[in-house]
Amino acid sequence: MIVLATILAALAGPVLVPYDASAQQLPLRLEGPSRAHWFGLDELGRDILARILSGARVSLLVGLVVVSISASVGILLGSAAGYFGGWVDDVISRTMDVLLAFPGILLAIAMVAVLGPSLTNVVLALSVIGWVSYARLVRGQVLRARELEFVQAARALGAKTWRVLRRHVIPTTLPAVLVQATLGMAGAIIAEASLSFLGLGVQPPTPSWGTMLNGGRAHLLDAPHLTIFPGLAIAILVLGFNFLGDGLRDALDPKRLTAKS
Amino acid sequence: MSRFLLRRLLLTVPVLFGVATLVFALIHLVPGDPAQAMLGEGASAQDLVELRERLGLNRPLLVQYTTFVSGLVRGDLGLSLSRNQPVTTLILERIPATAELAFAAMAVAIALAIPLGIAAAVWRGTAVDQAAMTLALLGISVPNFWLGPLMAILFSVELGWLPVSGRGSWRHLVLPATTLGAALAAILARMTRASLLDELRELYVLAAAARGASRLRVVLRHAFRNSLIPIVTIIGLQFGAVLTGTVITETIFAWPGIGRLLIQSIGFRDYPLVQGCILLIAVTYVVMNLLTDVAYGWLDPRIRLE
Repeated sequence: MIVLATILAALAGPVLVPYDASAQQLPLRLEGPSRAHWFGLDELGRDILARILSGARVSLLVGLVVVSISASVGILLGSAAGYFGGWVDDVISRTMDVLLAFPGILLAIAMVAVLGPSLTNVVLALSVIGWVSYARLVRGQVLRARELEFVQAARALGAKTWRVLRRHVIPTTLPAVLVQATLGMAGAIIAEASLSFLGLGVQPPTPSWGTMLNGGRAHLLDAPHLTIFPGLAIAILVLGFNFLGDGLRDALDPKRLTAKS
Repeated sequence: MSRFLLRRLLLTVPVLFGVATLVFALIHLVPGDPAQAMLGEGASAQDLVELRERLGLNRPLLVQYTTFVSGLVRGDLGLSLSRNQPVTTLILERIPATAELAFAAMAVAIALAIPLGIAAAVWRGTAVDQAAMTLALLGISVPNFWLGPLMAILFSVELGWLPVSGRGSWRHLVLPATTLGAALAAILARMTRASLLDELRELYVLAAAARGASRLRVVLRHAFRNSLIPIVTIIGLQFGAVLTGTVITETIFAWPGIGRLLIQSIGFRDYPLVQGCILLIAVTYVVMNLLTDVAYGWLDPRIRLE
């Protein structure tokens, strides 16, 4: 519900709020919440609600693109590593080991630091580190799946490797990937906001929740609403994706399904 | 145990080598000329030549790489461009502040999470469980770059109890450590609950209860003690998240550690210093993971035999 409401609000933003996200009313700068401006105005007199709704589109877009790229690359490389084994597995697994040696978004920070701050570079950096968790997950699932009887039967019947992978092996990994992707959306949204908060992500004047929080730091004393509302938006959306991920995990858990039947 | 230790150590060497290679490659990801990127558009031709010479950017890539790796072995990470001091010196000066913050955050997380996780497991399915787990999910969902300023507004601006930034007394440490420890506390509380619930289903727990041991004794002396192995592992593995978290927390609270140094060096396009900070955090993380694995193998003999 939270996720759906945010998506709808992000799409209907311009209809819901009668202000442009970049329109400035300088005489009213830093004004607190009022009937005309529910979340108040920022340091340049821009409506914070309009910017939050506009920022939601950026957050959801980054999340969607990063998760799509990461999951696609992760499924491809994870399947290859698990199915073929040998040197293919060695090369992919050692690459994953090295990338996993960089905690959290540290590598993304480093990459954006040298490539320069921009939305494209944020997506690129988060995808470079994002595929690893999918590949690791899929590799484990494929290692199990390739020993299953119906997969062995398909191979015995002479099905080509790509067909076995595409029709029989990869589909068995999809429930786990779906859970990971939902939780990954939460991770990507927080990561983008973190980078933007550090000044390494989306650049002004494009509205981004992280950039808005960064702008609010200078006004903690005189205008705390600059900090409160964008942060609340991040927390609610991330909470929504975490709830959804937890729910999907419970619903798709084989142990649980077996217990029910 | 010694064979297990040796195997783990040998597996760590190529990872460390890969980390060093990737950190070296970073500077070559810069679009165009790295020297131009560091000095900016207005740099003179003479300055560019001098910088290329100083960083060895005009030498063949293989020579640059060999020099970088041999420098690492000697603890030489080059000179900071913005401060004109050895990178190693600058980093060493800031390690105590980051270590203090990281360990304080972990202490806060453990102190909050263990009682919360135990309460949720013992009163499973009740309002206590639901409240504890909702709190934990909130802890995971609330980003530290929001929690920090919110706590600063409440405890520093409104109540005036704690200083809003800087390092000095224990009062300076409270807000950054809580901000940094909150997410770890949430993960640990969920792990403690899950691990303790697994143990509470075991027959020895039933046997202890049948012998007349009190509920408190059964939980704390028997089940909790055995549920500690995965909890200790998670604490070790989450140290990496804490290290990355220091980058944001130190920036929010002007804490003079490695994380703040990293963000400042990015601002100055001081790439040798950026490389040094990234390398230190990654290597610390790898070593912590190694220590966690070794501790896990020591606690649980089955791991050593795998």
